[in-house]
Amino acid sequence: MADDKSNAAAYWRANLRLIIGCMIVWAFVSYGCAILLRPLLAGIPVGGTDLGFWFAQQGSILTFIGLIFFYAWRMNRIDRQFGLGE
Amino acid sequence: MSQFAINLLFVGASFALYIGIAVWARAGSTKEFYVAGGGVHPITNGMATAADWMSAASFISMAGLIAAGGYTASTFLMGWTGGYVILAMLLAPYLRKFGKFTVPDFIGDRFYSRTARVIAVICLIVASVTYVIGQMTGAGVAFSRFLEVPSSMGIWIAAAIVFLYAVFGGMKGITYTQVAQYVVLIIAYTIPAVFIAMQLTGNPIPMFGMFSTHTESGVPLLQKLNEVVVALGFQSYTGDNGGKLNMFLLTLSLMIGTAGLPHVIIRFFTVPKVADARWSAGWALVFIALLYLTAPAVASMARLNLMTTIYPEMTGQVENYEAAAANPIRYEDRPDWIRSWEDTGLITFTDHNNDGRIQFYNDANPDFAATESERGWAGNELVVNNDIMVLANPEIANLPAWVIGLIAAGGIAAALSTAAGLLLAISSAISHDLIKKTINPNITEKGEMQAARISMAGAILLATYLGLNPPGFAAQTVALAFGIAAATLFPVLMMGIFSTRMNSTGAICGMLAGLITTLLYLFTYLGWFFIPGTNMLANTPENWLFGISPLGFGPIGALANFVVAFAVSRATAPPPMEIQELVESVRYPKGAGMAVSH
Repeated sequence: MADDKSNAAAYWRANLRLIIGCMIVWAFVSYGCAILLRPLLAGIPVGGTDLGFWFAQQGSILTFIGLIFFYAWRMNRIDRQFGLGE
Repeated sequence: MSQFAINLLFVGASFALYIGIAVWARAGSTKEFYVAGGGVHPITNGMATAADWMSAASFISMAGLIAAGGYTASTFLMGWTGGYVILAMLLAPYLRKFGKFTVPDFIGDRFYSRTARVIAVICLIVASVTYVIGQMTGAGVAFSRFLEVPSSMGIWIAAAIVFLYAVFGGMKGITYTQVAQYVVLIIAYTIPAVFIAMQLTGNPIPMFGMFSTHTESGVPLLQKLNEVVVALGFQSYTGDNGGKLNMFLLTLSLMIGTAGLPHVIIRFFTVPKVADARWSAGWALVFIALLYLTAPAVASMARLNLMTTIYPEMTGQVENYEAAAANPIRYEDRPDWIRSWEDTGLITFTDHNNDGRIQFYNDANPDFAATESERGWAGNELVVNNDIMVLANPEIANLPAWVIGLIAAGGIAAALSTAAGLLLAISSAISHDLIKKTINPNITEKGEMQAARISMAGAILLATYLGLNPPGFAAQTVALAFGIAAATLFPVLMMGIFSTRMNSTGAICGMLAGLITTLLYLFTYLGWFFIPGTNMLANTPENWLFGISPLGFGPIGALANFVVAFAVSRATAPPPMEIQELVESVRYPKGAGMAVSH
């Protein structure tokens, strides 16, 4: 029982670590690259404008898709690893 | 065949399809009615979620908003997609593991409190009802424009169609019609966009075409667009025009609002397993992105097309924009599509300087006033409704008549699919959370089914009534729905999962704090209960608290919710042991299949 408990706690910590990592990327591309850090990216040209504009209109959406699939894939592995999958 | 006959054929065929699905997918049990039996494939659910999510506003209005706002309007693109990352990681899998039917169901059980459940029901109903008004009026507008019936008749037809598959099929009928509606709307959106991208850039994929070279002028499309709009006094399309705080807050508000909207969350209760809820969120975003990546391309290309239609000399390589701006087209030479949209009132022309030409420019720009008088212009002469950017797209690109029929069917599909999802969220909250869980716990399965169908029919009648008689605040509904979802539902759902220590008193106080601060802020600037003229401060940036726009207030309300809930829960007793165990159990996927539905 105690082992079950610590195993479950370790599973939850692994999930939280993964979530935090993904959310940092999530915030970085949208609030960072597309909004607050756009002036820093102004020097990188992309098709008639700059990289910040691309992140605002396309890049962040593409990153979001990648993040969700990455999270789903990693969590499936973590589920199995801790024996807590279905 | 006339355009009217073609539109009728397309819309009629799509309706026949939805009714066919309604007959095939009748719900036999409450589980089928509320969560489509819980056996929907994650990709199917992703597609249904995409249709559920993309409303008449996404389909018809969003590209127009971006065309008008340029870079600043990117908040809508990021805000309405980024919420799915939050859903996939912070809400959907755990709520699916919990294995119940509605959002208030989780809040009521997790916080072991009828009060919490009822507050959640109220928030859900206010957010969903305000949201559904826009869908009904959107469907009415689409009908009246394309099928030449009065808008009120359009709303009745829309209500009758939704009635057929939502009352009999419940979530099961809604899920499979939403899949069909997604296919209709994405085809309708993409085809004109592909043709326009081909014409302007030679690249058939709109999302790439947008960043390619404009064929006629030889410069990148966005650079060309910037040159044209700046020459006419508008703000640069890709330019960073300040207001980063509100861009930040509005994006965050739309993201957490998306994650907290009940009609989106309940879609994730329909998949078989916890892992499926994660995958399904990813698929939903893929299907949403097909439209959301095309929308900015449609926006920039339609804007350029519109400008060069009025100023033909700006189309190719321009040496001197001053000279090109001097020669807009004569009003009598305007193309047919402008003529036909003038009839609808979405485009209006007033010849202020009586020269017979169309001067279309930004007359509100003080820096442009000198140029304006130099050119002998006496004010902007063409007023163009933003919705034109999508609705008139096929005509601007000279596409065949059937594409217009497709746009009609697509716009109606977008409105109906969202309306059905909202109506299900409303009716299940009434029949399940109010009737079964609060008023009459002894109701039989059969009785609950009947209650569910009657609440659905009642919700449709209410939505129809509000669609026919939109209240004065119809335009503010987005701010209200997202504000409530972001400030009330999202924080309690998240705390219910991530904090075992959160108790009922904390959650109730938190929800009320989020709800009250958000409503107060909205009412201060938009009027008490949105009645015009009762606002205490004018809705202008100078008056806003710390410069925060009412639309972007959601995150502040959510913060109030979190802080109050945290403080109150620490000062009161921890939740009972079995609740703490319940919170533990939703964190682990194991055993979700066995979770009893009731």
